[in-house]
Amino acid sequence: MAMLEINDLQVSYGMINAIKGISFSVEKGEIIALIGANGAGKTTTMHTISGLLRPKSGNILFNGVDISKVPAHKIVSMGIAQVPERRRVFSQLSVMDNLKMGAFTRSDAREKEETLEMIFQRFPRLKERANQAAGTLSGGEQQMLAMGRALMSKPQLILMDEPSMGLSPLLVSEVFDIIQSINDAGTTVLLVEQNAKKALSIADRAYVLETGTISLEGKASDLINDDSVKKAYLGE
Amino acid sequence: MSFLNTLFNGISLGSMYALIALGYTMVYGIAKMLNFAHGDVIMVGGIVTLEVMQNFVSGMNPIVGALISLLAAVIICTLLGVVIEKIAYKPLRSASSLAVLITAIGVSYFLQNVALLTFGSKKKMISFAFLDKFDIKINEQLTIQGSTVINIVTMVVIMILLMLFIKFTKAGTAMRAVSEDNGAAQLMGINVNGTISLTFAIGSALAGVAGFMFLGSYAAIGAYSGTMPGIKAFTAAVFGGIGSIPGAMIGGLLLGVIENFAKSILANMQLGTLVDPIVFIVLILVLLIKPSGLLGKQVREKV
Repeated sequence: MAMLEINDLQVSYGMINAIKGISFSVEKGEIIALIGANGAGKTTTMHTISGLLRPKSGNILFNGVDISKVPAHKIVSMGIAQVPERRRVFSQLSVMDNLKMGAFTRSDAREKEETLEMIFQRFPRLKERANQAAGTLSGGEQQMLAMGRALMSKPQLILMDEPSMGLSPLLVSEVFDIIQSINDAGTTVLLVEQNAKKALSIADRAYVLETGTISLEGKASDLINDDSVKKAYLGE
Repeated sequence: MSFLNTLFNGISLGSMYALIALGYTMVYGIAKMLNFAHGDVIMVGGIVTLEVMQNFVSGMNPIVGALISLLAAVIICTLLGVVIEKIAYKPLRSASSLAVLITAIGVSYFLQNVALLTFGSKKKMISFAFLDKFDIKINEQLTIQGSTVINIVTMVVIMILLMLFIKFTKAGTAMRAVSEDNGAAQLMGINVNGTISLTFAIGSALAGVAGFMFLGSYAAIGAYSGTMPGIKAFTAAVFGGIGSIPGAMIGGLLLGVIENFAKSILANMQLGTLVDPIVFIVLILVLLIKPSGLLGKQVREKV
């Protein structure tokens, strides 16, 4: 059984169909990339999985349970966390409070403390700036915070929406290294990216989303050599 | 010494405005709506206080009786606030802000008319004579009235507790998170509806306290008594910067002081009835000169 299975999902904003019946799956332990241009429906898909949007039809099975009607705040405790597009850290809250909010659904203080230690080890910068308002961090640091915040819920599946957006090439590589290491530590990753090259380089499998439908799918190593992908998304 | 008298009376009035303004500002910060029925919740708080004092605790030690009626007012206002939110505002969560505003005005009229039906159209009087025990006599000319002392102490204590709650508790931090980005807050597993209910509960509980204060200061209450303090406290919230908790306190205090000085100056000029317009001139000036208020955050448009 796949960890996440999306069946014939349709999502619309009023009269406009943003997602026109897509199906895909994420197996435990994988990194899956969802690539595509602006407006292809990547973020809509992420928001629907997280419960911020309701599908018009189709379903979303997480560990075999349909979560398409579960409210957003309950999906986190089921084991899905999201690093949203443009990070969306709480800029007026301290770095520490942001991380605490990430663990909002957890109650065991000692376990939370352990997760926090782990996150501070991974992102030492966040520890240095724990008492600073998140809005004062640089873009790269905010991305680290958004990832740390999502990890605070100890998710089985982490959704990452455009984690490389607006970062310098050096930081982009760092972010992808971090995603790889989060995955190595046992968290399944669903990654949405415009930076298709980087995404395909760490993903196991990938889906290409084009105006609300999946146009191509396969092993990331195959797609990276696919002529149409090269032309449309890799700029070659 | 009349200057100091006027100042203390202003601070006393301002303390009440501050508590009411907190309700406006917190609800605005979290639910992004103006709850114009808030003033009428104060009226309900005042009526509950009066009824309990006259009918249930009249034989008791007056201070114990007052505390019981205060508690009753706070409980009933809290429940009322949560019920109003559930029935009237929650179904409109994704509606336009204009629809919510009109609904709030509807709720306001509803509460006033229920009060007219059950309480009657005449104002009822009650005296809080026991408050004299809290009078502080500074010298022959200047005595700080007991109601002033109680109002200021209550406001300061509540303000400190509230700031500690918002800053240091999990629920308080969640409120700040929801206030900043409600979608991201949901992605953290925060129940936004629950947070909004909690905000209404706190704001309405404070309205209950304000209703008690109102009665202590004016000694009379009727179905329409909440309207003016409600609108003035809204002005105070805008003055201080809507959405800002310390702003509500500063705005409330300043407005109370301005109103009282205006009252004493205008009374000397035989123009006492012009006091209320002065308060609204303050609102207009704030909106013209610094729309974000004294401590308000600059609203940045998202790009």
